[in-house]
Amino acid sequence: MKLIVAVIRPEKLSEVLESLYRADVRGLTVSHAQGHGGETEPVETYRGITVKMELQKKVRLEIGVSEAFVQRTIDAIVAGARTGDVGDGKIFVLPVERIVRIRTGEEDTQAVTPVPQAEEP
Amino acid sequence: MPPALSAPDTLFVLISTALVLLMTPALALFYGGLVRAKSILNTMMMSLVAVSVVGLLWAALGYSLAFSEGITAIGGLDFVGMRGIGLEPRDATATIPHLLFFGYQGTFAIITAALISGAIVERMRFSAYVAFLAAWTLLVYAPVAHWVWGGGWMHKLGILDFAGGTVVHITAGVAAWIAAVMVGPRRDHGRRAMLPHNVPMMLTGAALLWFGWFGFNGGSALAVNGTAVQASINTMLAPMSALAVWVFLEYRRNGRATAVGAGTALVVGLVAITPACGFVSPLSALAIGALTAIPCHFVILARPRTKLDDSLDVLGAHGTGGAVGALLTGVFCSTAWGGPAGLLEGEPRQLALQLLGVVAAIAWTALATWGILSVIRLFTPLRVAARDEALGVDVSEHGEEGYTDGEGAVLVLETTR
Repeated sequence: MKLIVAVIRPEKLSEVLESLYRADVRGLTVSHAQGHGGETEPVETYRGITVKMELQKKVRLEIGVSEAFVQRTIDAIVAGARTGDVGDGKIFVLPVERIVRIRTGEEDTQAVTPVPQAEEP
Repeated sequence: MPPALSAPDTLFVLISTALVLLMTPALALFYGGLVRAKSILNTMMMSLVAVSVVGLLWAALGYSLAFSEGITAIGGLDFVGMRGIGLEPRDATATIPHLLFFGYQGTFAIITAALISGAIVERMRFSAYVAFLAAWTLLVYAPVAHWVWGGGWMHKLGILDFAGGTVVHITAGVAAWIAAVMVGPRRDHGRRAMLPHNVPMMLTGAALLWFGWFGFNGGSALAVNGTAVQASINTMLAPMSALAVWVFLEYRRNGRATAVGAGTALVVGLVAITPACGFVSPLSALAIGALTAIPCHFVILARPRTKLDDSLDVLGAHGTGGAVGALLTGVFCSTAWGGPAGLLEGEPRQLALQLLGVVAAIAWTALATWGILSVIRLFTPLRVAARDEALGVDVSEHGEEGYTDGEGAVLVLETTR
């Protein structure tokens, strides 16, 4: 089991979600973040005061996956997020000790295996 | 007979001038709310800069081309640089100072040009847009205003346009259409949902537009009289029926009435009644608002499913509403309400004239807008680089963000003294 943390450009989020969906990766968490990845800082001016924006808007994805899904998840994120310019982001793969699915109490690999889509009532 | 100034007329048009000028910042709010957060400043700036660019050109040349005596296609150069525009009435029938008429008409030129910006938001280069505004005001707005209001050929034929259905809304809507085609769609168009980022702001803009429109339509009577009352109350009535029909159509389709739809419907009703308001009865105003809402609704419904990224539906709201309103003017105009006899009074002639006016305005606007953008494109790209579009035109074109908490901003102090 691994936790995949990816930091990507916000404007690439839709493409990443799409490519994850195509790779059958379903459960994920998205949060908006700020960060710096070595890209040139945009310069902005407000009433003559010039500022350098050192922190860029970024999006952080967190995805818990079983071993079999690690590489395809990484591939999907890279395919959706790459522009080729500095600031495309990073993917971190972290070991996970334990996972619990709250609804059922299932643990570990069971807990990150998607259930067949339930019928809407 | 020496020209006589009227104090009430002057006061009325003074107030109307301020009301119409308010419509441009109101449009900035309306459009600004409809775009994504990363493009709000550029969108609002495109309206605000029209006040300056179009206003200055209006004073320098545009007013003269529209309102001085010339040939039937275009005015002369009598009033270039505001020469000869003083505090006396402009002719024997006028009751307000010429300077006031000049200013009042200037506010129309400004809002018309600003309306076009809705078609090319989030990707057009600001400098190319400013160049376009300048050329368009002189080559499209001024001549068409001359045709209709400045004694040109439409005026001589008796084509009706009380406050600018043809001069303002058809020209803006058609120019928007051509500009959207020539600048090209946003890269996300048809691929990704692009939602309005601030609907309350859009509705605030719609409210202020309606308020300002009383000056636009009522003020076009240029006097405190029955026509001004008729035009103003028609301006109050038409959006009411347009909104009712729009909400009904939405309800029938989705089972829900939307706020963005209601705000759009108000504007459509206002556009529709603009050419007609001084020639039709209040009951007809309700009919015009209701009838125009239907085609506009379906154009706006269909447009996002096409390749045309007229992003904020200037063609659907202003072009379609202006054309349908101009035609309906020929149907509903009434001898009892200050107009010639229309179709409902058994006279098809006026409808035929209106159709001629609509077709001519569309043709000239499309041709000239295409020509202007083709020339500008020779000197400078019309749109920003792909990366800047993704990042947002606020940062790339203006170096500012509409919404920032300032985190991570580092002060750069230049060592100039």
